[in-house]
Amino acid sequence: MWIYEKKLQYPVRVNKCDPMMAKLLMEQYGGADGELAAALRYLNQRYSIPDKVIGLLTDIGTEEFAHLEMIATMIYKLTKDATVEQLKDAGLGAHYAAHDRALFYNNADGVPFTAAYIQAKGDPIADLYEDIAAEEKARATYQWLIDLTDDVDLQDSLKFLREREVIHSLRFREAVEILKADRQLQKVY
Amino acid sequence: MKKTVDDHYYQLLEELQAVDFVLVELNLYLDTHPQDSQALQQYNQHVQRRQQLAYQYEMNFGPLLHFGHSYSKQPWQWNHTPWPWQV
Repeated sequence: MWIYEKKLQYPVRVNKCDPMMAKLLMEQYGGADGELAAALRYLNQRYSIPDKVIGLLTDIGTEEFAHLEMIATMIYKLTKDATVEQLKDAGLGAHYAAHDRALFYNNADGVPFTAAYIQAKGDPIADLYEDIAAEEKARATYQWLIDLTDDVDLQDSLKFLREREVIHSLRFREAVEILKADRQLQKVY
Repeated sequence: MKKTVDDHYYQLLEELQAVDFVLVELNLYLDTHPQDSQALQQYNQHVQRRQQLAYQYEMNFGPLLHFGHSYSKQPWQWNHTPWPWQV
């Protein structure tokens, strides 16, 4: 069961209409290392992971949906007042042809989201290492996105998201150690 | 219809976001450090503060949660704008 809370996890403010930046942000919406991929990856892995880390996967997976909503808010705010001409100039002509100003789960190049972006090996260590890698890739993507805009308010929200990736990666690393310690214990006794 | 929001809305919302950030952080930390009693104490303290803030927010600006987790005044308030991406 999930409950929706009618608020963003962190404020999202933008200073201008910028469809070009909106297009780039789609990488974190429907891209391989984006928030949708993250949420689906973690929540799906829960069923076959040892009990000790189910809580962590549930919580981080849920937080990713809050991040997805923040990215959606950015894209929405950056495009809502754009003219068709501006969308076209920003490289969103093809997007407009298929979706108007609707959001869609594709990456910055317009490639639609696919479940092939995520993995579930069933091996807890393999799955957690994939999660750590995903967080590091998302962190790097956020850094590139921060570099790509001069909008300080947008940068502020992106920096928040970048720092969350750092924390998630750290917690997943701790989860690996918890599982390793458990395995050692089973061998000793 | 878009309800206009005032400074009080942003102020309360930000206070709530701040305390919720602390709670998310402590929650994830406790997931991998379940024996840390000090962190747990902090967590429970912030849960209490969170409840007070959420109550204040909801009395002023309507329900934060659906499916019976928040009260609604008459008429049904859940549909009321603004939604989070509209502010």
